[in-house]
Amino acid sequence: MSRGHISRRSRWVGPLELLLLLFMSWPEIARGDEVVADLSSHLIAISSGFTGASVVLFGTTDGPGDIVAVVRGPEREMTVWRKGKAAGIWLNAESVTFANVPSFYSVVASRPLDDIVSPGIAALYRIGPGNLKFDVRGAVPPERAKRFSDALIRTQQRNGLFGAATGKISFLGERLFRSVLIFPANVPTGTYLVEVFLVRNHDVVGGQTTPLVVSKVGVDAALSDFATRQSAAYGGIAVLTAVVAGWLASLPFRGA
Amino acid sequence: MDIYLPIAEVSVDVFVLLGLGTGIGFLSGVFGVGGGFLLTPLLIFIGVPATVAVASSANQLVGASLSGVLAHWRRGNVDFKMGVIMLLGGLVGSVLGVWVFTWLKRLGQVELTISLCYVLLLGTLGSLMMVESARALLRQRRPGGAHRKLHQHNWLHGLPLKTRFRRSKLYISALLPIALGFAVGVLSAILGIGGGFLLIPAMIYMLGMPTSVVPGTSLLQIIFVAANVTFLQAYTNRTVDAVLALLLLAGGVLGAQIGTRFGTRLRGEQLRFLLAALVLAVAAKLAFDLTVRPSDLFAIAGDIG
Repeated sequence: MSRGHISRRSRWVGPLELLLLLFMSWPEIARGDEVVADLSSHLIAISSGFTGASVVLFGTTDGPGDIVAVVRGPEREMTVWRKGKAAGIWLNAESVTFANVPSFYSVVASRPLDDIVSPGIAALYRIGPGNLKFDVRGAVPPERAKRFSDALIRTQQRNGLFGAATGKISFLGERLFRSVLIFPANVPTGTYLVEVFLVRNHDVVGGQTTPLVVSKVGVDAALSDFATRQSAAYGGIAVLTAVVAGWLASLPFRGA
Repeated sequence: MDIYLPIAEVSVDVFVLLGLGTGIGFLSGVFGVGGGFLLTPLLIFIGVPATVAVASSANQLVGASLSGVLAHWRRGNVDFKMGVIMLLGGLVGSVLGVWVFTWLKRLGQVELTISLCYVLLLGTLGSLMMVESARALLRQRRPGGAHRKLHQHNWLHGLPLKTRFRRSKLYISALLPIALGFAVGVLSAILGIGGGFLLIPAMIYMLGMPTSVVPGTSLLQIIFVAANVTFLQAYTNRTVDAVLALLLLAGGVLGAQIGTRFGTRLRGEQLRFLLAALVLAVAAKLAFDLTVRPSDLFAIAGDIG
């Protein structure tokens, strides 16, 4: 499925990654860090042929335990509309705006979440879509805010941007773990954070955070950058391009 | 083969876009309309955000209508004076339209307005065309039908600022083409359409222009209105996807040539009847969508459906 930059690179990373794992699992180096983790790549490059990407998350622990990782996209302000029926048609009736909604959210874990962490800890570390909390803009009754934030999470899950199901982390032996983080074609751009938690007896005992950048590259990046920063010039060029294309198109049929 | 559209921020199959462009181009070649009224809803249907679909359709229209005008111009079928006067109204209309569009976007009612406008416009025009073309088809069955006057004189001819349009063989108030251009400019900005399907009947029935100069003149004015809309949408809303527009244009040019050839084989009444059926079908689909309870009442602003 993913034929982009990343998956090609991640195939190459296979043996390298293994070496790195062996290196990191060396007792002297791993001492003091309960968990050490990294990604096969810290950049997801969106080019013209982008259809989604996968990044390998790997690492080691200082002993037995479970691993939970949370991938969080850059936070954005989002408005949720609720439709109501008026005069026989459905139209946007009321809205709630949330200030700090992650544009992407997914969780991977070595076992089902309920078996690993207690609900209190999951809420504290915001593990799992049900534990996401957003700040509401303006004065909105909590009950109403809850309905709208639930709808926001549901919609984002349908869009593939909030992982509905928890992905799998597999252990190779007792200490080495590995997981494939999947990013869909509509993944938002920006700087992501991958938080890795080591869990023992339903409590988080260690953690590490790794950044991941999702960025448009090449022509697409230049175009969208240009469209945002120099919107007047972009508009002018868009018109000119269409004019030239239209004129060129009429040339072969001049005699017709 | 999927391509990532940089402004729409979605991946769409290139061949779907080329095919869509060809299909729309074919229709525009057959019927002499821009086809934007079908293009925008179809783009929304394949997953392009409504705001980007509207703005990029306008961009595509610039190229498509220029190529059309050049073809008509070579045959001498463009009334430049009429076109320029309509343009005055059109430019003002499109500025107002983009402003309304931005305001609706903030209110969260853009999608609804787009759908409602389409239902109203397409429904009304489709019905009128259907009735008119059905009558014409029936009239042909009976030989020796009534002879029609070139055009009827009514209150519209009493307006001030009378101007002579040589190419169109008309002596009418300049306010008429200005008002017509204005209305089409507003619609063009809100709906991403050139308004050919509105402009053409209005030029024939309201202004009384000869049918031969109508398509070329209407396209001439559409180029500038669409260019203005593209620029303003890019500037204020940043919703013009040039990659999307160019792909549609590439398919559209091919389709228009095939369509033009196909169109010459059909009779006018048959063409209008078919177009009316198509327009009504789109209107019915959009109206149905508005009245059906959405599967999820909640939606994130800027998302589709």
